[in-house]
Amino acid sequence: MNIPQVLLYTKEHEWVRLEGDVVTIGITDYAQGELGDIVFIEVDTIGDSIGVDEVFGTIEAVKTVSDMFAPVAGEVLEFNENLEDEPELVNSDPYGAGWIMKMRVENPEDSASLLDHEAYAKLLA
Amino acid sequence: MESTGLTRTSLFEAHRAAGGKMVPYAGYEMPVSYAGLVEEHHAVRNDCGMFDVSHMGEFRVTGREALNLIQWISSNDASTLVPGKVQYSCMPNGQGGIVDDLLVYCISSEEFMLVVNASNRQKDWDWIQANNQWDAQVTDESDSWSLIALQGPNAAAYLRPLTPDTPVDTMGYYTFNQGRVGGKACLISATGYTGAGGFELYLKNEDAPAIWAALFEAGVPPCGLGARDTLRLEAGFCLYGNDISDETSPLSAGLGWITKFTKDFVDSKRLALEKEAGSEKILRGLSVTERGIPRKDYLIENAAEEVIGIVTSGTSSPTLGHGIALGYIDKSHAKIGETVFIRIRKNAIPAEVMRPGFLKK
Repeated sequence: MNIPQVLLYTKEHEWVRLEGDVVTIGITDYAQGELGDIVFIEVDTIGDSIGVDEVFGTIEAVKTVSDMFAPVAGEVLEFNENLEDEPELVNSDPYGAGWIMKMRVENPEDSASLLDHEAYAKLLA
Repeated sequence: MESTGLTRTSLFEAHRAAGGKMVPYAGYEMPVSYAGLVEEHHAVRNDCGMFDVSHMGEFRVTGREALNLIQWISSNDASTLVPGKVQYSCMPNGQGGIVDDLLVYCISSEEFMLVVNASNRQKDWDWIQANNQWDAQVTDESDSWSLIALQGPNAAAYLRPLTPDTPVDTMGYYTFNQGRVGGKACLISATGYTGAGGFELYLKNEDAPAIWAALFEAGVPPCGLGARDTLRLEAGFCLYGNDISDETSPLSAGLGWITKFTKDFVDSKRLALEKEAGSEKILRGLSVTERGIPRKDYLIENAAEEVIGIVTSGTSSPTLGHGIALGYIDKSHAKIGETVFIRIRKNAIPAEVMRPGFLKK
């Protein structure tokens, strides 16, 4: 199982990369494997300010629909538009080209409640 | 090993060895996928794949009046069957709905096999017992049969080396042959639930693992219930529990072609009246070419945002690359070619009303 050390994680199997006050968010290698072939991703909250654990979008595999939850509070800045035509990037490169969205963080201290790679590995164990 | 309370088929170890992702299904522990749903789907649509569908139920009906019982409980006309022929049928429930859909195999004039859904096995058994007012013996043989569905346009080519005695290439659709596969006694049935052609192989539990292994060695990929569902939905086949149920009439579900008023059967009078009046709701195919995937229980609306129906099965079609669905629509909006709207979260996504069966040109 690929769990990069430089990222933070949520119990909902999302990963978070902190860069200043902007975070990039995606789903983990474990999550993409469990979902199977990703066929559709929708982020319909661009420009919205949303709270922690609020739904920011939807990810669909052939058979399932899952909500995606904001790991921190803030403004939704950007959706990875490459995923409109190539949702399978989330399967093939979940931590890279398969990133899903970017947010501007409202309260930097929110990130303290995220899991580090060891805690996330423990969650999966 | 911990007990899951789930039944395992004779092929369970083979699934585990091949990396199958096991899930609970109708009381069984069944593989939902192996390499990946989409890859498995394409294998079946373009070449060949195999499914373990041993969870299906098999009832044998024998005796002088076996046909009388079958004619009474089923909507199709089984008197047209001859030995070696299979028929798709359904069991009306006495209140306008459907107990189950099933296959009827005619082995002889006094011997038939009914193949029913695993999820309905007990309900079907009780229903058939309650309706058996004839000299017919019914035996539940489900636990002794394994069933391998070998599906795809090249299925015969993979099966041929194992069946020197049975001309599998020339078998007609919905016929069967009691022959041998890999030296094991097998009911070879030219049927399936994928719309891709192929065979269903009824084998004794002790023989099934060797045949599964032989097909695997020949290069047939194992496929899971996930691909089975996307394949059947592309083909426009109903799934009991989604598209048909105790609450839906066979006429409303587009199963008028297996509802024959050439004989009396449970609900024949009621259904004849419904046929005369026309069903209020009709099961249609829905093709969604804009962004969005229709799912079970999503609402169908007209342009004025009034609810006119509900989706009963929906997915992203791996073959077509867009959303497809089955759903019941009020007859006033069920015209072929009409545009309706499916409420997908905040958005009303347009969908074209079609006959079920999305791969037809």
